[in-house]
Amino acid sequence: MTTDTVRVEKAAAGQRQATRTKRRWRASEGGVLNVFSHAFLILWALMVGVPLLWAVWSSFKTDSQILGSPWSLPTNLHFENWARAWTKANIGQYFLNTFVVVGFSTVGTMVLGSMAAYVLARFEFPGNRFVYFLFVGGMAFPVIMVLVPLFFVLRNMQLLNTVPGLVLVYIAYSLPFTVFFMTAFFRTLPTSVAEAALIDGASHSRAFFQVMLPMAKPGLISVGIFNILGQWNQYLLPLVLNQGETKQWVLTQGLADLAVQQGYKGDWSGLFAGLTIAMLPVLVVYAVFQRQVQAGLTAGALK
Amino acid sequence: MRHGKYRFIIGFLAAPLAMYAVFVISPFIQAFQISMTDWSGLTPDMNFIGLENYDKLVHNDLFWQALWHNVIILLVVPVVTLGLGLFFAFMLNVGGRRRKGAAAVTGVRGAGLYKVVYFFPQVLSITIVAVLWQQIYNPDPSDGLLNSLLGAIGLGSLQQSWLGDPNLALICIMAVMVWCSVGFYVVLFSAGMSSIPSDIYEAALLDGATRGATFFRITLPLLWDTVQTGWVYMGIICMDAFAYVQIMSVQNGGPDDATQVVPLLLWKTAFRESSQYGLAAAMGIAMLIVTMVFAVLTLRFSRRERVEF
Repeated sequence: MTTDTVRVEKAAAGQRQATRTKRRWRASEGGVLNVFSHAFLILWALMVGVPLLWAVWSSFKTDSQILGSPWSLPTNLHFENWARAWTKANIGQYFLNTFVVVGFSTVGTMVLGSMAAYVLARFEFPGNRFVYFLFVGGMAFPVIMVLVPLFFVLRNMQLLNTVPGLVLVYIAYSLPFTVFFMTAFFRTLPTSVAEAALIDGASHSRAFFQVMLPMAKPGLISVGIFNILGQWNQYLLPLVLNQGETKQWVLTQGLADLAVQQGYKGDWSGLFAGLTIAMLPVLVVYAVFQRQVQAGLTAGALK
Repeated sequence: MRHGKYRFIIGFLAAPLAMYAVFVISPFIQAFQISMTDWSGLTPDMNFIGLENYDKLVHNDLFWQALWHNVIILLVVPVVTLGLGLFFAFMLNVGGRRRKGAAAVTGVRGAGLYKVVYFFPQVLSITIVAVLWQQIYNPDPSDGLLNSLLGAIGLGSLQQSWLGDPNLALICIMAVMVWCSVGFYVVLFSAGMSSIPSDIYEAALLDGATRGATFFRITLPLLWDTVQTGWVYMGIICMDAFAYVQIMSVQNGGPDDATQVVPLLLWKTAFRESSQYGLAAAMGIAMLIVTMVFAVLTLRFSRRERVEF
């Protein structure tokens, strides 16, 4: 109570003093800094925004318009570029493949990751710390290091160049961060609700799925966004573990290949249409859920 | 409540742990084993050759060149990215014009919008970013976005064959890495800065501190933990750099290996130009060692007294 009053008084005093000094500041440093900061902020916004917009508007142009005058706006909208990229360049197929792989692997990661995290956060048993650090230690070493052995583990299990193989690998490599994050999250939740459920006769697993998981929703959303984006954008793993037939490729492989192919075919408008098709859904989802996405991606660093 | 506890624990841990053991831990251990063999994958038998692969690496100039490029990236990109991130975050949070009745330090108008735009590259895959910039860097004076811009504003003499020039290619790729990552740190540091109580700034401003002084004396020390985390994150990205170089550079690491990095060399050694799996695995172990040295150095030199606020 008293500390609150003191704080309020302090804040009010600060406000008064701030008002007094304000006049001295406004004309000089504040204004200059404001113009200066806006100039830099706008410059960087253009540097980020223009290349992305350029890809979008180029996807509507003809090849000769793209090459001769890259800055010009399209005269008429050549939607056939999009159709060509979607069907001939297989972008549609790659999209579907990526969707299937990421769908299964994200759900798998979330279920398995939060199960492990819950047990590690809430139950004491010999080896608890060991298992926890085994998982968390996985965040520290680079994937590139295990690339060769991983390739042979999958080949020996007949999982090379298959969807289940890719899904299992994505889940396994998403577990460290998921377990790390969700363990911390489950620790912040009250124990009493799950205990009440247990006293009422629920089993441990029922208490987990029907009580704890719904309570952990904010954490699940953050780490879920993190995993979806990370797995959607994965390039190195599919490049090595999914080198099979073209029709099995994921979007990132397809785009990189399209960029190489386009060098021989000269289908620039098709390349930009493919880029735009790959870019737009992610940007739209981000624009709608930007607060959650920003929170989800930075959550790990702020913990 | 105790009954079935261990059955439950085992039931919940078995599947994740088994998957983790098969796909993460066992490859990790096998990496050491394979790196000491002459295995080329074609024959089932592999011969133990001790540290011969490592000896080959130490005497391989291309490997040292690639490692050197990784180190350059590791030294340059995090500093520039975190610097720009701090600069923009400070501008967003403190650069605002003073308004009547507002606090002593305010954010600029439209700070939220700036953050949304800056963050865009972060949600795109590196593949998209790399393909897009490959087109922007198009060497033709009239075809490329960057070159034709330089021509239009009268700086035609600066037109370059960006990625085709051995002296420029690595710098161009590093610029894209910075471009891609800055937004993340603007958002991260903004979140950190907005939790610093504004009366600290007010007190400093009353005592006659300039804005620059408030940044170095207040903002930076209070954000130090977040900056340190950001440094580690950037370090991991820079040790990789695979997708950027593999897609953007001419001839996978060219011209003349001017942009070669170890992960790309590893991939080519194992899966493209040859099947020297033992040698590639040894490169992986070398990367692990470099990463660990980086982590230890970071922790050793960035430790500061923690400031509570």
